Amino acid sequence: MEIIRILISELPQFAKGTLIALEVLAGLLALGLVLGLAIALAEIFGNTVVKFFATTLRKFLWAIPQLVLLFLVFYLPFDLNPVCAAIIALGLCSSAFQSQIFRGAILSVQSGQIEAAKAMGLSKPKIIFYIVIPQMIRLSIGPWTNEFSSELKDTSLAYVVGVVEIMRQAKYIIAYTFGNTAAVYLFVGVLYFMLTRIGTYFFYKLEERLWVPGFEKRS
Amino acid sequence: MSTILEVKDLTKKFADTEVLKGISFELKKGETLAVIGSSGSGKSTMLRCLNQLSPPDSGEILLEGVNINTPEIDLNTVRADMGFVFQDFNLFIHLSVLENVMFGPLRVRGLPKKEAREIAMAEIERVGMIDKIDFYPAQLSGGQQQRISIARALALRPKLILFDEPTSALDPELTGEVLGVMTALANDGMTAIVVTHEMGFAQSVADKAIFIDQGIIVEQGVPEQMFAAPRHERTRHFLSNFVGLE
Repeated sequence: MEIIRILISELPQFAKGTLIALEVLAGLLALGLVLGLAIALAEIFGNTVVKFFATTLRKFLWAIPQLVLLFLVFYLPFDLNPVCAAIIALGLCSSAFQSQIFRGAILSVQSGQIEAAKAMGLSKPKIIFYIVIPQMIRLSIGPWTNEFSSELKDTSLAYVVGVVEIMRQAKYIIAYTFGNTAAVYLFVGVLYFMLTRIGTYFFYKLEERLWVPGFEKRS
Repeated sequence: MSTILEVKDLTKKFADTEVLKGISFELKKGETLAVIGSSGSGKSTMLRCLNQLSPPDSGEILLEGVNINTPEIDLNTVRADMGFVFQDFNLFIHLSVLENVMFGPLRVRGLPKKEAREIAMAEIERVGMIDKIDFYPAQLSGGQQQRISIARALALRPKLILFDEPTSALDPELTGEVLGVMTALANDGMTAIVVTHEMGFAQSVADKAIFIDQGIIVEQGVPEQMFAAPRHERTRHFLSNFVGLE
């Protein structure tokens, strides 16, 4: 079949698109992680002022559609390249969601342990660093994997500002496949499926590695 | 023996409820003080006021002659000098037994790893858990967890140690092993304040006992005398609930 031949010959283009998508994904997840963790810590441990700003920022980022933020960042007068703009816009959106993952995980750390650390004379930053964060990481991996797969798919939005990721490559290819549009999108769907599976596999492995003896394992 | 702790007129309110209405007592180095009283009498609150997990409203707490109930005091230094053992152990669940006990010397005292490990091993040995150093808290029984939490408090090399109903979450068999460790500590000359419902322990191990009721110390004295011949009606009534006391 002609379409299969075309898809095979276009594999290098899809590989390029995949690399760009993964670059956007890594960037936005990293930005979302740092900012999301900061928001979560500020909302839980901050004073009234810090808490207020963190909550306002989180609610704001939570409420704006990713597409709107993408265009907004892209058309800011800073001459950002499309990949940077996509990373910033999607990363900001992701930070709101990641902050809630971390917030839930932090609040699941038993308050008694924090009190015990306090009673030992440990300062607040050290309590957060040595007691809260290590337990938070393990509790976050499950929901964070969900955020990962959701953001992997959302990298496809980046094509609206001209990032040549998987979807944009697909558009180019569709231009000369003479009506076999569905076949190309089916291929793209399978590609996303494989990327998601590979990613979640590694996160489950990580979760297993961080397992604490005496607790239940994911079956 | 020198006085290690002197408490003067300690008060504490929660909203409109006066929980502590002026508590005063003294503790000498090496003494074990048993604090008894019914639930809600304020005895746990008093203990939590001493290391300011619940800051007291007024009063003086003199630790080796220095008042620690002032804003100028570095609370973390004071807390490191007062070990605290909780009713529900509160071990760090993501750390092994050894790591839990090393935590204080390493992260609070800032000692090098090797030294922290030596201290931890000695304290784990003292509570008889040396065969469990690589276990995690969730793999241990309640009694074992409490023994480790005692070792964790001891590893800070505190000036005194506060026990907040250390056996209340344990069944009688496990209670025995924890009380055994505490008795050995008392015999080693550790200074301790023990809030407890274990009247047998209070009677046989403590050097001094305090009976708290409705936020005041009703009676204090030598346990044998207090248990045999309580001077106050309220003490007598409280102690009559415990059968089997001689």
